[in-house]
Amino acid sequence: MLLRLAPWVLTGVLVLPLGAGLAMVMLPAFGYLPALGGETFHLGAWRALWERPGLSRSVLLSFSTGLTTTFISLVCVVLFLAAVRGSWLDRALHRMVSPLLAIPHAAVAFGLAFLIAPSGLLVRWASPGLTGWERPPDLLIVQDPWGLSLMAGLILKEVPFLLLMSLAVLPQLAPEQRVNMARSLGYHPTIGWLKSVFPVLYPLIRLPIYAVIAYATSVVDMAIILGPTLPPTLSVSILQWFNDPNLDRRFMASAGALLQLGVTLAALATWWLGEQIVKRLGQHWLVNGSRRRGAFAVAFSGRFLLGLTTLTALAAMVGLAIFSLAGFWRFPDALPVTMTFNHWQRVLPSATTPLVNTLVVGVTATLIAAVLVIACLENEARHQLTPKRAMWLLYLPLLVPQVAFLFGLVVAAESLGIRPQRSLVVAGHLLFVVPYLYLSLSEAYRRLDPRWAQLAHSLGASRWHTFWRIRLPLLLAPLLTACAVSLAVSIGQYLPTLLLGGGRVATITTEAVAMASGGNRRLIGVLALLQALLPFIGFALALLLPRLIWAKRAAMRGAA
Amino acid sequence: MTATYPLRIDNVTITLNQALLLQVDDTIAPGEVLTVMGPSGSGKSTLLAYIAGFLAPAFSARGGVWLGERNLLTLPAEARGIGLLFQDPLLFPHLSVGGNLRFGLPRHTPHKSQQVAQALAQVGLADFEHRDPATLSGGQKARVALMRLLLSKPQAVLLDEPFSKLDTALRQEMRTLVFSQLRDAGLPTLLVTHDHADARAAGGTVIELG
Amino acid sequence: MPNNRDSLGITMALTMLAIAFPAAADPVPSNWESVLEEAEGQTVYWNAWAGEERINAYIEWTARQVDERYGIELVHVKLGDTSEAVSRVLAEKQAGNDDAGSVDMIWINGENFAAMKANDLLFGPWADSLPNYPLTDPDNTPAVRYDWTIPVDGLESPWSSSQVVFYYDTALIEEHPNNMNELLAWVEQNPSEFTYPQVPNFLGNAFITQALLELVDDTSIFYEPMQADDFDEATAPLWMFLDELHPHLWRSGRAFPSNSADLRSLMGDSEISIALSFSTTEASGAIANFELPDTVRSYVHDSGMIGNMSFMAIPYNAEHKAAAMVVANYLLSPEAQAEKQDPEVWGSNTVLAMETLSSEQRALFDDIDLGIATLPPSELGEVLGQPHPSWVDAIAEKWQERYVNH
Repeated sequence: MLLRLAPWVLTGVLVLPLGAGLAMVMLPAFGYLPALGGETFHLGAWRALWERPGLSRSVLLSFSTGLTTTFISLVCVVLFLAAVRGSWLDRALHRMVSPLLAIPHAAVAFGLAFLIAPSGLLVRWASPGLTGWERPPDLLIVQDPWGLSLMAGLILKEVPFLLLMSLAVLPQLAPEQRVNMARSLGYHPTIGWLKSVFPVLYPLIRLPIYAVIAYATSVVDMAIILGPTLPPTLSVSILQWFNDPNLDRRFMASAGALLQLGVTLAALATWWLGEQIVKRLGQHWLVNGSRRRGAFAVAFSGRFLLGLTTLTALAAMVGLAIFSLAGFWRFPDALPVTMTFNHWQRVLPSATTPLVNTLVVGVTATLIAAVLVIACLENEARHQLTPKRAMWLLYLPLLVPQVAFLFGLVVAAESLGIRPQRSLVVAGHLLFVVPYLYLSLSEAYRRLDPRWAQLAHSLGASRWHTFWRIRLPLLLAPLLTACAVSLAVSIGQYLPTLLLGGGRVATITTEAVAMASGGNRRLIGVLALLQALLPFIGFALALLLPRLIWAKRAAMRGAA
Repeated sequence: MTATYPLRIDNVTITLNQALLLQVDDTIAPGEVLTVMGPSGSGKSTLLAYIAGFLAPAFSARGGVWLGERNLLTLPAEARGIGLLFQDPLLFPHLSVGGNLRFGLPRHTPHKSQQVAQALAQVGLADFEHRDPATLSGGQKARVALMRLLLSKPQAVLLDEPFSKLDTALRQEMRTLVFSQLRDAGLPTLLVTHDHADARAAGGTVIELG
Repeated sequence: MPNNRDSLGITMALTMLAIAFPAAADPVPSNWESVLEEAEGQTVYWNAWAGEERINAYIEWTARQVDERYGIELVHVKLGDTSEAVSRVLAEKQAGNDDAGSVDMIWINGENFAAMKANDLLFGPWADSLPNYPLTDPDNTPAVRYDWTIPVDGLESPWSSSQVVFYYDTALIEEHPNNMNELLAWVEQNPSEFTYPQVPNFLGNAFITQALLELVDDTSIFYEPMQADDFDEATAPLWMFLDELHPHLWRSGRAFPSNSADLRSLMGDSEISIALSFSTTEASGAIANFELPDTVRSYVHDSGMIGNMSFMAIPYNAEHKAAAMVVANYLLSPEAQAEKQDPEVWGSNTVLAMETLSSEQRALFDDIDLGIATLPPSELGEVLGQPHPSWVDAIAEKWQERYVNH
């Protein structure tokens, strides 16, 4: 009975904060915010917004960055999955997924910026020997006006995410059987995979793809570091307006936040349209009988692209790691002249409390989210319900710029007399953790063969017995993966932690972001590596545990 | 063996979007097999889902299902005492062979280990208790699935094309094994299939659909 | 959005409910004994930008001192941007939390102060009642009484004094420019070796403000609130100057570093040879941090450089006002100010007037070694005051309009 309430509890837990968050985005956008003297509704904020120099360019940048990076990342992942045949190289690349996912976005951005800048790692390694450069060349690479370096940074993070999401659902599709069947019909395995596995894989990773689009159109931290500046992307502009000392600009910032929501929705709609077109055009290709054409190109480019992303991300991290140990490092020295543990020694003594806070908040939020989401999905499965339409509400926190949304949350909490505290931070994290947990788990849950439960019932097992003994163990791998993703999401939260915690809950991320604002690359390196530690452990456990637990169960190992 | 009762299918009709799919009215005596035959899409698996308690909400059904004096429709699936065999043996991949059999045993069964060992020996799989189901051949899996069903002490059994995925030689062997075991246990059995050979081997009443 | 109206209704109802409760009595700053008494055992949440490890360490040191002396627990809420604390206070005001705010003290100045003051978000007056306040010699030091020309009115207590300085790498250039026109000439000779943070970053704003003050003969107009009619004529020399300067900047002015930290990294990577900072000890500190080569030195322009003070403010609804005042007062003590000025610790200039100190107190400052790249106070030249915020805001807006690609 309790379970029937689950979807209502889930939406209930989220609706009040969602409503408050959205209200505080919408009302100021139309002039209403009594705390700043806005007592009437009007369109002044929108007029100010339209008059912003470079607005259309900002919008276009956000829109195109989101779509382009998602497309390229998806292509990388699909070509790679089509190409893999379980060689050592493939396995090595698989194993890189979790470390790459664990690295915080901002750290990847810092690392990449330092890698490709004219005074960066690559140029240093090549200079002056190969280039003859004694001073860095004056080339606009990082923060280029087209947003190319921003796109590169986003791709570095999106590829491992999409790869992980694909790997989590693939085993249910028995890809080997499908490919073997195609091979027996004379198809090259790579083409066979594309024609027989990809069309059924895509619907399963659709929600994660949508999440990636939403993220990439509205990303802030990476865009500040890698994105163009004259003008910056829309999301960065909005943050600047919100942070502007001139508090009147918050009205325009709120209007900008709504515009951002519109841009993200437009990007999603465009992608959906693209899906329909590809579906139409793809039908013919699927059955045209071509068995080998392009196989080599796919096999090669799949491995090459994924290898390139992995190597780039690794090199970026190596750069950060060197910096965390570096003394002064003059251009074009390939390595710093002196190395020192100084930076680590300065950070580590005060890192324990933030690490513990991060862990407590992350684990609590993930567990609560897991219970709520599983209860919801279990209710669906038991009563053979189709997912509720209202479930799309869950994704709103991912679509609206955080800085605008959180203001309303703080107002709501304060209105209810809830003082800043750890539990409020956990509640705030839930808003961002639940959608990710839901989108990474729901497909696996829904696609689990219903006959397993029917069979268990027919053998006399009660619903709960079936849930604990059959469904949960069968879903262990995707569940752990979803939890690891959620944990990483929680760990990455800066503004919710700071604003809802009223600064009373210091996490490794609040420390890292505050420190990053000072731009000391050496300390940023230290904190980025520390920040990556917890999610890394999470992802590693999610991959290792099923392998250990199912060491003697061949059919379960594939699911890891 | 527990006392067995006849399975009464009392004028059951199943409809999908107001279209009548099937209508069955019959009583299966203990140890007897009723075979429902029909092409795929005729709704014969839906009948099994209705009796077992898993009918998808898209379908609507009317009529009664009785086991002796018990009205099954008022009971949840796990309390109906209806055992199922599917096309696939569906051995739980995360449990050992022995674990699968134990899962079928009611909670407070005495001498569980002994019963499991006995059941395995009965179908020629002694010493398989600790094996991973993934390492078994198709025929071996089918036999484990059958013994798991019997150990759960059902009061009636539903068979959903249980032999269709086995190769010809094995199929005959399994038919003999399954029907003799069910008959010995005195269980009323409902078989749905599209294979006439299954119906012949079952030897009871046959209803043709579609 | 069916939920909005409901939750808004709830919010409003609760807001009214909250207003109905009388606010707890605020401490009376003039009765210092009672303030000290009330402060004991309180926890002060000090919201301060935390991008500099040395500043954080100094705040930790302060926490130990006030715990020992006054039994106050001081917690540093580490911010990436001061506006995050302003947001928090604003949200609390919106929700009607008028007496139990979570921000007890903010490190603030200039535009943020002006905005908080204009929106009644600050508690006070209290600062001029602090026992240590007279040590700043307020009667003879306008910088203590006016924050970017806005009257302080006792709403914030001075903490740190800072001034814009340029720094350059002596290994790369021999002679540094001495005013904006020389800088322009130098940049034309050495293209791509200079840049400044993107406006409206505060250091970027400071650079264009500095240029404006240097290029215009009569600067008095900038210290009054701006009249829109005056803008074009008064600022014309600045735009001519920037139009000439930009093509020769780093990346030809097609991109700008986002803040002073970025600028410092560019210097450390030898991408540029001249940079600027809002801290006179930045270069020495960065050398000690291995961020800059030890060949970097600071310099100032002949006609003086923009300077200002930063302050401690207490939000109107802070829960622990008494303890916040005690901490602010301690921060003004000669001991705390001398510790802060030591480049080994932080190296931020004191706001105390040396004439007001006893000889032992003065000795605390005399013994400080400023570091190799720091100019002694005698060489810092004249301090130019910050223009009125309305001017800074307007030129920053105009900058966006001219130099952001449409």
